[in-house]
Amino acid sequence: MSKGPALVAYGISKSFRAVQALDDVSIELHHGRVTALLGDNGAGKSTLVKCISGLYQPDAGRIFVQGSEHRISSSRHARELGIETVHQSLSVIDPLDVAENLFLNREHTRGGWLGARIGLLDKRRMRKECADTLARLDIRIPSLRRSVGSLSGGQRQAVAIGRAVSWGQQIVLLDEPAAALGVEQTQRVLDLIINLRDQGVAVLLITHNMDRVLAVCDQAVVLYQGRICAEVDVADVTKDDLVSYITGARSAG
Amino acid sequence: MIRKSISKQAPTGLPSPVGAWIDRSRHDGGLRQYVVYLAFALILATFSIILHDDGFLSSSNLLNIGRQAAPIAVMAVGMAFALAAGEIDLSVGSVVALSSLVAAELVGNYGFLAGALAALGASALVGMVNGLISVKVRIPSFLVTLGMLGIISGIARNWNDLQSLPIRNDRFSGIFGAGGLGPVSSLLIWIVIVGALGHFALNHLRWGRHVLSTGADRDAANAVGINTARVKISALVVSATAAGFAGILLAGRLSIGRHDLGEDYLLTVIAAVVIGGTNLFGGRASILGAVTGALIMAMLNNGLILMGLEVADQLIARGVIIILAVALSMREAKEA
Repeated sequence: MSKGPALVAYGISKSFRAVQALDDVSIELHHGRVTALLGDNGAGKSTLVKCISGLYQPDAGRIFVQGSEHRISSSRHARELGIETVHQSLSVIDPLDVAENLFLNREHTRGGWLGARIGLLDKRRMRKECADTLARLDIRIPSLRRSVGSLSGGQRQAVAIGRAVSWGQQIVLLDEPAAALGVEQTQRVLDLIINLRDQGVAVLLITHNMDRVLAVCDQAVVLYQGRICAEVDVADVTKDDLVSYITGARSAG
Repeated sequence: MIRKSISKQAPTGLPSPVGAWIDRSRHDGGLRQYVVYLAFALILATFSIILHDDGFLSSSNLLNIGRQAAPIAVMAVGMAFALAAGEIDLSVGSVVALSSLVAAELVGNYGFLAGALAALGASALVGMVNGLISVKVRIPSFLVTLGMLGIISGIARNWNDLQSLPIRNDRFSGIFGAGGLGPVSSLLIWIVIVGALGHFALNHLRWGRHVLSTGADRDAANAVGINTARVKISALVVSATAAGFAGILLAGRLSIGRHDLGEDYLLTVIAAVVIGGTNLFGGRASILGAVTGALIMAMLNNGLILMGLEVADQLIARGVIIILAVALSMREAKEA
């Protein structure tokens, strides 16, 4: 694994008609570090994530993954580069079970060449590997055969995050992963983020909750009206500092 | 500090199949998925008692029900995929007629296999056009297929000036409806084959899972890189092809191709699928349920005739029963 930053987005700009959503924004993500992406509603956080995850094409700027430059053309392309995104609207499929969700569109097949052609699912192998992945991440789900729709919000979130890292992805973007979760479930998600960090994954965390930033993040990037207004080490700042950056009262870095 | 909060539970393992099954049915809607089988048993029992003296349970009458159910069941399997993908195919009835005419036109000169394959091909083509227009032009499939229903019905009526085309090919009729293996009608065998194929495709093929995913949450399916446009098109192709096969079965049983075959099947088929536990709006489907639903519809039809109801009364009774049954199964679905 390279020692340099996992991902560098440099000078990213993106506008929608007359609205400049991102203006010359740069961000670095490092292996084994959690970076908070902060900002008020409409500051450009989700736009930046979508530019990195291939859903939007930036108007200007360059993106380097593991040191080499890429134009990320689609979410599939991003995934091939090792970038996985968990969007605010959970992309889990309710009627499918846990293992099926974890392997959705990356299914193992059996039956050799013919099986691969017709897509004959190797459910046993997928359940086995799913169990291994969830165990590694310390995610507990009552049964892998349960449909995801029947799970609690925290468990669904854990499945979504589990899928994001199940294929050894090294860069994980989390857009409000604990929104609408209870205290206990939120704690589980934060534990999971720390677990990812300890395994050397570069994590970008979008959140509105300052306590979560202070609890799990190493550094914070704050956007204000499409520009970076602060870039700080979380250890150096207080909750009040962060809030004042977000509201645009102060800037730093 | 954070790690301490992790509660000590058994790690995720692989539970026994039975335990998993119980666990799954408890959490995934419980009895809902068995309502259709319960309804089947209930209606069977009711008719058996009421119509005992009219020979409802005689083997010839049960066989009759099976024969009538065959085209409905085959169409229901196809429709289940269209609904599962979040689409609907209203053109199926007209495709039945088109398929019977294509088969009748070709079987005489080119043999039973070529006739059947051409009929299936023509049907698949209709489904492909349905899907392409719906997905590429972004018109809801109920509108596209409603238009297609008119177009194909018109073509079928023009085909032979409303006259039926005779099929004089014993192999075609034998394989697709009139014949059988020993005492078992080939129509019953086809129900089993198509039902098993559909069940297998939905539950054990990647494609089936992608159909469900697309119907359940298209954005989420897109986000993981599933080509949902192609999935939707393929589901409509399957639906039309199944309708085409139903047309072949009707043509085989009656030894004709005719413009009005399948004309009044649409409502029956949709009712069969929805009663069987498939969500009308995508994301959930049961092939075995759809086949059972088709058997229920055929049984109702048969029972009402044996009860001596006039055609007009049959229509009313069937309409009421369908609405009740669908309302019940939809309420179950919402509660789940």
